[in-house]
Amino acid sequence: MDLSTTHSGTNTFDPKAIRAQFPLLERDMNGKPLVFLDSAASSQKPQVVLDALNHYYTYLNANVHRGVYTLSQEATDAHEKGREQARAFLNARSNREVLFTRGTTEGINLIAQCYGQAFIKEGDEILISGMEHHSNIVPWQILADRTGAVIKVIPVLENGDLDMVAFDRLLTRKTKFVSVVHISNSLGTINPVKTIIEKAHAQNTPVLVDGAQATPHLKIDVQALDADFYVFSGHIIFGPTGIGTLSGKEKWLEAMPPYQGGGEMIKTVTFEKTTYNELHFKFEAGTPDISGSVGIGVAMEYTQQLGYEAMQKHEQDLLHYATEGLSQIEGLRIIGQAAHKASVVSFLIQGTHPYDVGTILDKLGIAVRTGHHCTQPLMDHFGIPGTIRASFAVYNNREDVERLVEGVQRATRMLL
Amino acid sequence: MTIDQIQQEIIDEFSFFEDWMEKYEYIIDLGKGLPLIDATKKNPDHLIKGCQSQVWLDAQANQNGNIQFTADSDAIITKGIIALLIRVLSNQTPQEIASSELRFIDAIGLKEHLSLTRSNGLVSMIKQMKLYALAYQHKAQESND
Ligand SMILES: Cc1ncc(COP(=O)(O)O)c(C=O)c1O
Repeated sequence: MDLSTTHSGTNTFDPKAIRAQFPLLERDMNGKPLVFLDSAASSQKPQVVLDALNHYYTYLNANVHRGVYTLSQEATDAHEKGREQARAFLNARSNREVLFTRGTTEGINLIAQCYGQAFIKEGDEILISGMEHHSNIVPWQILADRTGAVIKVIPVLENGDLDMVAFDRLLTRKTKFVSVVHISNSLGTINPVKTIIEKAHAQNTPVLVDGAQATPHLKIDVQALDADFYVFSGHIIFGPTGIGTLSGKEKWLEAMPPYQGGGEMIKTVTFEKTTYNELHFKFEAGTPDISGSVGIGVAMEYTQQLGYEAMQKHEQDLLHYATEGLSQIEGLRIIGQAAHKASVVSFLIQGTHPYDVGTILDKLGIAVRTGHHCTQPLMDHFGIPGTIRASFAVYNNREDVERLVEGVQRATRMLL
Repeated sequence: MTIDQIQQEIIDEFSFFEDWMEKYEYIIDLGKGLPLIDATKKNPDHLIKGCQSQVWLDAQANQNGNIQFTADSDAIITKGIIALLIRVLSNQTPQEIASSELRFIDAIGLKEHLSLTRSNGLVSMIKQMKLYALAYQHKAQESND
């Protein structure tokens, strides 16, 4: 199956044709055509990804890396092809630097535990930001509790940008690790991760970038960024759930102890002593998510073939159209107005609760997210219980935005 | 009226609504009309924290031993459903509250508000109402002994 010919992501960017590649978008919700505006929580899947998953289980399924028979070899090839696609997608140096995980959360936990065990001591400082997802807070708190390290937080400015002046002040010789989000899932802010990495490296401090929200929108080049670790989730970038990627510099991965023990990750095992396998195996104990690596590989290739420039232009158009439309609504306040922003609009309407607005939008067939978006400290910072968040992906269109704006107007009329 | 009679009354009322809009407008009105909880009761001890919205609940036994609930929420639809719950369960005996089966929520098409993903505090609130009832039941038994 030649996947490059199964969709029309050739030279011209055709939003209509792209939308048609996502079969789920044709369904109804509550008797209305579905308007799906929650892609930041999990994206829909294009037909090529669905076909790849089906193809894997229909024709290739066997356990990997240990069968002498041809089918197992073919399954291994499919699994490792996913890794090579991930390497190419991230422009990582080698496949040894690309690990499969369950997702962003597991990637961050892996680094917090393994890097932490090797390199973090009492009194060391770990620098995160005030707009982190709980996934990039709690693993560091666990590490801090265990080691006596201290967590420092880069504050967020009123418009949703990081306070880079405070960052300069907080980054000191005591800072032994920096972990920041590339694009905020609650605000849409695109953070200056390249600058953060440069400055941290000037202090010999490694940096992890949480790319969960960046990979569906931005071209990622881990070498150009010089990121020590870059993590993301398959399900947010048009791929399956249960799989994610962690790219890490070999020098760190080599120096870190393994995360979990089990099959695949060992070279020899006796009851006295076990020696560990090489990278990437060392961090991939147990039978991997084989269909997942196949699916995420195809999803990444699909995203690249869409063409970032045209995709960004389309998404930015939706973002501006939505911002403009929503801003007309009395009492509506947009949370997060950074100059560099991805296609996410978080908002509140004076006198209404996000839960109520979300409930009415649901009845109108519009799927948005309400609540704190797993960023409670950020919501506390803004003094709000949560927001209503609409996030736009490449398959959304202006009609979706219009339905959203009409829906919010209607909800407001009902609630106030 | 018994708990079950009130539930039936609500189910009958809701059967007149033509569409979801009318139904939700009514729930929103109920939410707006919910009698205020005593301001001193709106504290962390009475708070039931949901992920999406939160609920404050208080229970007091009146002279004849029946339980009087008052509650509040920061979300108006949650508050409307609370108003219905209070109408069904308030001013009933602890025994009846503790053993009640709340069938009206499903019957009037509001079950989704009790699903896990909503996390609006309502499920815990119902549990808490029954726990209050059990506690008063115990207290009443002890003073009878
Ligand atoms: C910025 C960010 N980080 C981390 C995560 C966690 O991702 P996962 O649940 O796939 O591990 C998310 C999920 O939405 C996210 O948006």
